[in-house]
Amino acid sequence: MSLDRDQVQHIAVLARLRLDEDEFAETVEKLSRIVDFVDQLSQAATDDVVPMAHPLNQPQRLRADEVTESNDRDAFQENAPLVDRGLYLVPKVIE
Amino acid sequence: MAQDLHTKSLTQLAAGLERGDFSSVELTEALLGRIEAHKQTLNTFVTVTAEKALEAAGRADAARAAGDAGVLNGLPLVHKDIFCTRDVLTTCGSRMLENFVSPYDATVVERLASAGAVVLGKTNMDEFAMGSSNETSYFGPVRNPWNLDCSPGGSSGGSAATVAARLSPAATGTDTGGSIRQPAALTGTVGLKPTYGRVSRYGMIAFASSLDQAGVITRSSEDAALLLGVMAGFDERDSTCINHPVPDYVGALSGSLRGLRVGIVRQHFDEGLDESCAAAVRESLAVLESQGAILSEVDLPNLDLSVPTYYVVAPAECSSNLSRFDGVRFGHRAENPEDLNDLYCRSRGEGFGAEVKRRIMTGTYVLSAGYYDAYYLKAQQVRHLIADDFRKAFADVDVIAGPTAPTPAFKLGDKIDDPITMYLNDIYTIGANLAGLPAISTPCGFVDDLPVGLHLVGPHWGEETILRCAHNYEQLSSWHQACPEEFT
Repeated sequence: MSLDRDQVQHIAVLARLRLDEDEFAETVEKLSRIVDFVDQLSQAATDDVVPMAHPLNQPQRLRADEVTESNDRDAFQENAPLVDRGLYLVPKVIE
Repeated sequence: MAQDLHTKSLTQLAAGLERGDFSSVELTEALLGRIEAHKQTLNTFVTVTAEKALEAAGRADAARAAGDAGVLNGLPLVHKDIFCTRDVLTTCGSRMLENFVSPYDATVVERLASAGAVVLGKTNMDEFAMGSSNETSYFGPVRNPWNLDCSPGGSSGGSAATVAARLSPAATGTDTGGSIRQPAALTGTVGLKPTYGRVSRYGMIAFASSLDQAGVITRSSEDAALLLGVMAGFDERDSTCINHPVPDYVGALSGSLRGLRVGIVRQHFDEGLDESCAAAVRESLAVLESQGAILSEVDLPNLDLSVPTYYVVAPAECSSNLSRFDGVRFGHRAENPEDLNDLYCRSRGEGFGAEVKRRIMTGTYVLSAGYYDAYYLKAQQVRHLIADDFRKAFADVDVIAGPTAPTPAFKLGDKIDDPITMYLNDIYTIGANLAGLPAISTPCGFVDDLPVGLHLVGPHWGEETILRCAHNYEQLSSWHQACPEEFT
């Protein structure tokens, strides 16, 4: 196994994913196989190769910093799990 | 009159509507009836929008009567459930978005609707388009109409099975590593992935933004050309959409293959490809040659590295894109969170399925401190080598042809426990995504009563060439017209 349980736990913390106890064994095993598989890349000769930044080798288009959208807060908040007077509610952050 | 409407292609239906042989309401009713009869067996739909479809069909009939018919006026189609559709459930095949009703339309949805298309429903898919078998969907696997024990491929498996079973003449799909072309090959349909940036991604739920592209699944290249002409074009709202003129794709279909330079990739026929599939593809290449195409061998030396490259780049981008699902603004939210971090971690842990979690974690790992150079940077360098291989090949040929998938449809359950075997399904299709190239799969035969696809890749903006090549082939073959027995 190229990854152990502690490493997988650390990755899960970074990814903000709670894994249940019964998910760990399978996750460690499958992630290890994926990491082993992509390790093939280490054999590729890439000295002096520029990393690809865009499939068509084009710069990302920019636009003027102008307001273009209307305020549709009420419509968007219809999908929110918990709102109050236009605010999204989360558990208390500051004691 | 209305009995055989489901057997007709989009182009034939357009002519029938124009002649007044039937109305869009009659056509829509006929297809909704078929969907009702087969949707449980195949599990191709997440949502059927019968009421809205009939309303849209009524409007299309009225528009035609008023002499105001759009290019797709009254023609039915379905959307992969990755496209946001206003006031309709848009789940992306995930528990995370089980209750998400989109407040807006994706550009693709909007453009097709403006041209008069009638949307019959939203199709099942691998969760967040991550899968090649449709088995990662929260809503259960789709079944292949050619053999109900088999997978239709994925991730656009619901779209492909819907078209193959004649429940709709056309469907939208998305393709990040082969998600349109592989299911098209496995279901005997035509699947087109355009050039990166050809079609707007606005409102198409993001998986890997440097690879994702919207396209179509149809029963002929002619129908694919018709739809692409409506979907393609610049969109201010997608920063990766490129301002490039939209040609007349249907007009480009005519013309022979005389002198067309077709490259055959030697490595495509190495080990890994099913022998009977190889034979079917070779026969189709001989057909192209008989029409005046000039076949030659081309070399893609880094092809073997395309799947590992993809499985660094795509998960890296997915881990970033899917960070938006936090249980706060929309999507699944865990109950009784202890604190904010617990809310994030449990909402995501519960809302995402196993494969999506693995991809997010793979991406998080390859981008994490100490590993970035070895994985992510390295993969982007290899990606450059792969794109260069294609660039060099296209100096000598107009089209690269080969198999779409290494085997015909496989049994549900056969590959789901082995991520690497599943990933290798996309070995022939992933290169086009890494290099941003347009590609199409068209049916070219059967192996064990299951369809096989011919894959044609073109240079950037080469949609006209690959469509013409596929269309010519379809004129000389009947594979694309074959219909699974239970769905005639």
